[in-house]
Amino acid sequence: MLEEKEFSLLIGGKAGDGIDRAGVILGRILSRLGYNLYILRDYPSLIRGGHTFSIIRASQNRISTHKNKIDFLIALNQDTINFHQQRLKDNSVVIYDSDTVKLEAEPATVKTIGVPLTKIIKEEKATEVMRNSCLIGAFCKIAGIEWTVLEDVLRKNIAKDIDLNLKIAQRGYNEVKEVMKIEKISPQSLPLLTGNEAISLGLIKAGLKAYIAYPMTPSSPILHFLADLAKEFNLEVIHPESEIAVILMALGFAYTGRKVAVGTSGGGFCLMTEGLSFAGMAELPIVIIVGQRPGPSTGLPTYSAQTELHFIQNAGQGEFIRFIVAPGDAQEAYYWSAMALNIAWKYQIPAFILSDKNLGEGVVSFDMDIIDSIKEEGAILWDGKSEYKRYMITENGVSPLAFVPEKKAIIKVNSYEHDEFGITTEDPQITAMMQEKRLRKGKYLLEELRKYKTVHIYGDKKALVSLLCWGSNKGVCVEAGENLGLKVIQPIVLSPFPNEEFKEAMKGVKKLICVENNATGQLARLISSYGFKIDEKILKYDGRPFALDELEEKIKNLS
Amino acid sequence: MELKNLATYAKNTWCPGCGNFAILNAIKSVLSQLNTEGYPLEEFVLVSGIGCHAKIVDYLNINSFYSIHGRVVPAAEGIKLANPNLKVIGFAGDGDAYGEGLEHLIFSAKRNIDITMIIHNNRVYGLTTGQYTPTSPLGFKGRSTPTGTIELPINPLEIMLSSGATFLARGTSHGIELLKKIFKEAILHKGFALVDVLQVCVTYFNVYEYYDKRVYELKDHNIEDYNQALNKIREWDYNADRPIALGVFYKTQRVTFEDKLLPKEETVIDREAKIKKIINKFI
Repeated sequence: MLEEKEFSLLIGGKAGDGIDRAGVILGRILSRLGYNLYILRDYPSLIRGGHTFSIIRASQNRISTHKNKIDFLIALNQDTINFHQQRLKDNSVVIYDSDTVKLEAEPATVKTIGVPLTKIIKEEKATEVMRNSCLIGAFCKIAGIEWTVLEDVLRKNIAKDIDLNLKIAQRGYNEVKEVMKIEKISPQSLPLLTGNEAISLGLIKAGLKAYIAYPMTPSSPILHFLADLAKEFNLEVIHPESEIAVILMALGFAYTGRKVAVGTSGGGFCLMTEGLSFAGMAELPIVIIVGQRPGPSTGLPTYSAQTELHFIQNAGQGEFIRFIVAPGDAQEAYYWSAMALNIAWKYQIPAFILSDKNLGEGVVSFDMDIIDSIKEEGAILWDGKSEYKRYMITENGVSPLAFVPEKKAIIKVNSYEHDEFGITTEDPQITAMMQEKRLRKGKYLLEELRKYKTVHIYGDKKALVSLLCWGSNKGVCVEAGENLGLKVIQPIVLSPFPNEEFKEAMKGVKKLICVENNATGQLARLISSYGFKIDEKILKYDGRPFALDELEEKIKNLS
Repeated sequence: MELKNLATYAKNTWCPGCGNFAILNAIKSVLSQLNTEGYPLEEFVLVSGIGCHAKIVDYLNINSFYSIHGRVVPAAEGIKLANPNLKVIGFAGDGDAYGEGLEHLIFSAKRNIDITMIIHNNRVYGLTTGQYTPTSPLGFKGRSTPTGTIELPINPLEIMLSSGATFLARGTSHGIELLKKIFKEAILHKGFALVDVLQVCVTYFNVYEYYDKRVYELKDHNIEDYNQALNKIREWDYNADRPIALGVFYKTQRVTFEDKLLPKEETVIDREAKIKKIINKFI
């Protein structure tokens, strides 16, 4: 029996083996036993071949990070053994295809259990991709998981050839004996969601009407997910010729009053910057999701990084207000994506959701309670009485909106500097007045944001040493902080920067350690411009997110 | 409705004799005509790019979306797709539509989105003071090519025909009556329509006389015949000294992109319940 109420599995094979799906199925099986899950998905930028694996970590606590060390290694091919045997602990279990995989250097204490996959697949006249069902079956028996749980999850997750898949899983199940029982710890099983799915559903909750995107990893899954949901939610989901067309089309939607979002990665966002600046000048609301990955240029398309904070913050010519939020996990992704859409429309500004591959494609247990915690908020609308001026000067800088077709209003938006009616001007006084009007919105937005928790504190809140993190590093830093008795500060809103809240969070901190997935420390640079000093930086820029054990080691090595 | 009602207080800053006046006057006339025929003015949205042409939206008291250089088409597409009941008219220059924005034009024609593109094709960059454009003739001496261009112009109508445009026409700024006729037909055409207007820049490329000597109106031309349209479009390649045909080259009916999109039901959706239902599938 497993002693700790937490453990990790790694399942690996080549691309095309269905590893990704198998990882999610294993996750859902463990969810049924009441565990909280986190699944790291690692795959190369190719369609067939290469090495693909998922690490499935289960715990009785909320988690959103993985550990390097594993308790179960499930190997569909030799690479999985070769690449990952250093992750094994003394009492780990290796489950492998005994027809194709050779074991050599496993420590004597490690239990190795072979299943003849080639033979079973041949006897049952099944297809290669069903090999993973066989190993999932073997794992369940080894872990003492009831057949009915496995059968139910497989039926829910596999549409094609389910009967044959069940037969294959049964063969694996019957082939082995129970070795290390995984106990059921709670009757409640939570759904498993990716960050990308949470972002999508958050946007829908806040009234999304259209999603426009050009495919780019790691944001494409949002495009696919929303395209599948289009009918259900009456959405327009459009994939045009380029990211330039994407953002301009989206601004066209915004002009007519339809709430719209676009999604891309750094490279695609490069093409959107002229449209972004146009949105800033014309005061057209738009939500932009940027899934970060290692760069420069094409970089590592299917891996993770936090490279675009400064780019997003400064992109686009001219000076204008933008909202930037960097959710730390799927719950925050849901809530703050809805918030981003609300804010974009309330203030008629671009709102960014800064994600990365780790957050977007990582799978976590999702607490349904958050669904109802945020609702759609409307824009400030024209009263229909006074003469309509699209860019009417107001105290908070927000001009009431009217949408075409409107009998009593002529609605003119303009990329040039313009007067209140929207007609081009080069008048110095109007130019200054309009620039001030647009920037004024930032002050009121910052004030409104004080109602929300824009800077989170975790760990030992009285500790003198604090970790500082943003985005998908939240999970790993919170756990490391709790384990090592440190404070953890996570600003969620990065623009406009919640300076007051951050100052409050920094009270009592004597040493600040910044943890980021980039090579230069982008959040460190941002907070230094507000006068906060970073004492140490732990940076990782190899495309892979921090593992909990890895980060803890690095923190310990600092002092 | 009187014509003057369509003007704004904006001061017109085009050069005297600018070909844009013909386009402005023609569109004013067409819009008020369409209004008297029952098309509400508030259902029109004018989209422009950047360049001398683009000022047209400042001069018209109609809903407008003054966009950025090269991006008239995707903006117009977005507006149309968001609300297919609107009549969306895009104005773009030749540098704008055929240079920086050519890709969008091709895809819009391919999709057959029901928008009307009016191209102010003066074959020179005016507002940036006289450089060559994609339709300038070979050897054109502009400020970036003082010894003359060394590349041939493109034939935009040929590109548009092969991309799937369902309405193609050409006019000149010395023929306002023809422009009115073509504009109206283009706006009422259901599908992607493009009108190439040989609009003369009096300051940087004054070819009024050159056009006057060569233009003729298409007669006995079957606008539904693709091959006839192609032949007539190829007659003048925007370079050689050839007769220049004016009028409608091609018109055909093909189902539009927006008609193939999901129907927009304005029913209230219980988003919360549906979201929960979807998430429950992930257990």
